[in-house]
Amino acid sequence: MKKLLFALATTAAVIGFSAGAYAADKAKVCFVYVGSKTDGGWTQAHDIGRLELEKALGDKIETQFLESVPEGPDAERAIERLARSGCGLIYTTSFGFMDATVKVAAKFPDVKFEHATGYKTAPNLATYNSRFYEGRYIQGQIAAKISQKGVAGYIASFPIPEVVMGINAFVTGARSINPDFKIKVVWANTWFDPGKEADAAKALIDQGVDVLTQHTDTTAPMQVAAERGIKAFGQASDMIKAGPETQLTAIVDTWGAYYIKRTQLFLDGKWETSSSWDGLKDGILSMAPYTNMPDDVKAMAEETQKKIESGELKPFTGPLKKQDGSEWLAAGASSDDGTLLGMNFYVEGVDDKLPQ
Amino acid sequence: MGIFEAMLLTIITAATPLVLAAIGELVTERSGVLNLGVEGMMVMGAACGFIATQVTGSPYIGILAGIAAGALFSLLFGFLTLTLVANQVATGLALTILGLGVSSMIAEPYLGQSGIKLPQIVFPVLSDIPFLGPVLFKQDLIFYLSIALVAGVNWFLFKSRAGLKLRSVGDSHASAHALGINVIRTRYLAVMFGGACAGLAGAQLSLVYTPQWAENMSAGRGWIALALVVFASWRPWRIVAGGYLFGAVSISQLYAQAFGIGIPSQLLSALPYLATIIVLILISHNRRMTLINTPASLGKSFVPDR
Repeated sequence: MKKLLFALATTAAVIGFSAGAYAADKAKVCFVYVGSKTDGGWTQAHDIGRLELEKALGDKIETQFLESVPEGPDAERAIERLARSGCGLIYTTSFGFMDATVKVAAKFPDVKFEHATGYKTAPNLATYNSRFYEGRYIQGQIAAKISQKGVAGYIASFPIPEVVMGINAFVTGARSINPDFKIKVVWANTWFDPGKEADAAKALIDQGVDVLTQHTDTTAPMQVAAERGIKAFGQASDMIKAGPETQLTAIVDTWGAYYIKRTQLFLDGKWETSSSWDGLKDGILSMAPYTNMPDDVKAMAEETQKKIESGELKPFTGPLKKQDGSEWLAAGASSDDGTLLGMNFYVEGVDDKLPQ
Repeated sequence: MGIFEAMLLTIITAATPLVLAAIGELVTERSGVLNLGVEGMMVMGAACGFIATQVTGSPYIGILAGIAAGALFSLLFGFLTLTLVANQVATGLALTILGLGVSSMIAEPYLGQSGIKLPQIVFPVLSDIPFLGPVLFKQDLIFYLSIALVAGVNWFLFKSRAGLKLRSVGDSHASAHALGINVIRTRYLAVMFGGACAGLAGAQLSLVYTPQWAENMSAGRGWIALALVVFASWRPWRIVAGGYLFGAVSISQLYAQAFGIGIPSQLLSALPYLATIIVLILISHNRRMTLINTPASLGKSFVPDR
């Protein structure tokens, strides 16, 4: 329905353009979304970034977006349509759009492309990502302070490096406070299913975890945690409304700063391909207010956040062991980005077998 | 509360929407109409149930709104397939896609709001029975309704005259028509019953399972309900068996993961579907039983002589 309206709007815009009635001197910046822009999570965060971009550079650019574009062949058609309709810069905001973006980028060398969370680049195709794991490290530390039993529950989506990295960062953070801390992991094998995410939360709470975190997209786990009276962390967006007395903090994606920076370069003619992986210090992610915790825990979390932002603390710094007890990082050594982006092993303290 | 009791409670919450949507579709299919729009009607019920609850503050009005939304939405399907004789499969699929779109649109202002959970109805004395008491007699209205509906449908289809007529319409609409049964009216009523049940199942999602609204929150449960009808070979009580088996397997795998059992989670996630396939193979093995129960006119359009 919305797509149809959008198609009609695009057609109308094209007709207007050909009639010469349209402001032709504004550059067009376009976005491709995998979900609905009101999903309350991943896609909404990108759309907020788009709105910030419009606010900052609205006199020089106009933006367009396509939402709920399925990954696969449809994505290629959608991206190509945008490229043909005069978009100068196109952001494709899901990992699954990678190959489609690569193909369209090859066909339109004069259009610039930016693909979120992927790893394939070209002269006119850049990638960008966020160091979400920095936030998870802070969450781990908070969990270790808050938990009475020393066990946290982790609702995971799919065993891809991004998710495994998050689990490891959480455990590493927790163990920096309590060396015996453990986490239980439940793989929901979905990004989005409120019912199943709630079931996973119940399964974890029934087996004794007293802090909950999630790497899935709905607020259902937060709701279950609130009902059962334990604390939890939000994901992708601030979920405080779902658990006013439950949420400790949340990792909030804030893409706006990146979109403004890159679009400005594009307008100045200085855009070049790059692989950007920004973190807390660049403002590409932020932490929702630290709430529902004692003041000393809050102070500790803020302190850790400052240290990560200043570069003084790198979450994956040795001595760290893998789950099987073998050494991963020697004392003082930090992991390189390549290992993180391809992470396929657990660190010590994860009470789960990694699906291979 | 023991771990098994806790698991049972989770299983009941997960199985109830499947049972509800499936029992409605069973009646629809018994009348010879295949409505693939269960998912769409369910998500409409979830959206309207949630909106009504937020507006009025009463989840009971939410339940009524969910039922009404499902029934009205199915009426659209009825008009297209029964009056205009459109293809049932294509119309059902369209109904699902339309339902997902319309529900997202009307419920958009309610995204992210925390809902009101349907309260439990506690039976005194009975709920004090160890183990079974809290599981069976400390539930919400929709759970009791789901069991009552299955019993009612079973009685209606196999013990009542109207049920016999409905089954005859589903088995041979031409003969039923010749006997003077109003085929189209019967099918309209059956379709609307199916819609009402799917709407109630949707209301369970947004009022009990996870008291909130999220786009596409039915997440494929309508399709599982459709499969359950075949799984149950169109017999009401087998819907309960199938729904709870599916719920039990899919919930136990989550508990097994949390327990740290060490079996790959992909395999565990596939278990409910594997179990379904195995039971379907066992059922289809008995060809005669399947044929007896399958409505012979299923999916065929009926145009009365003029």
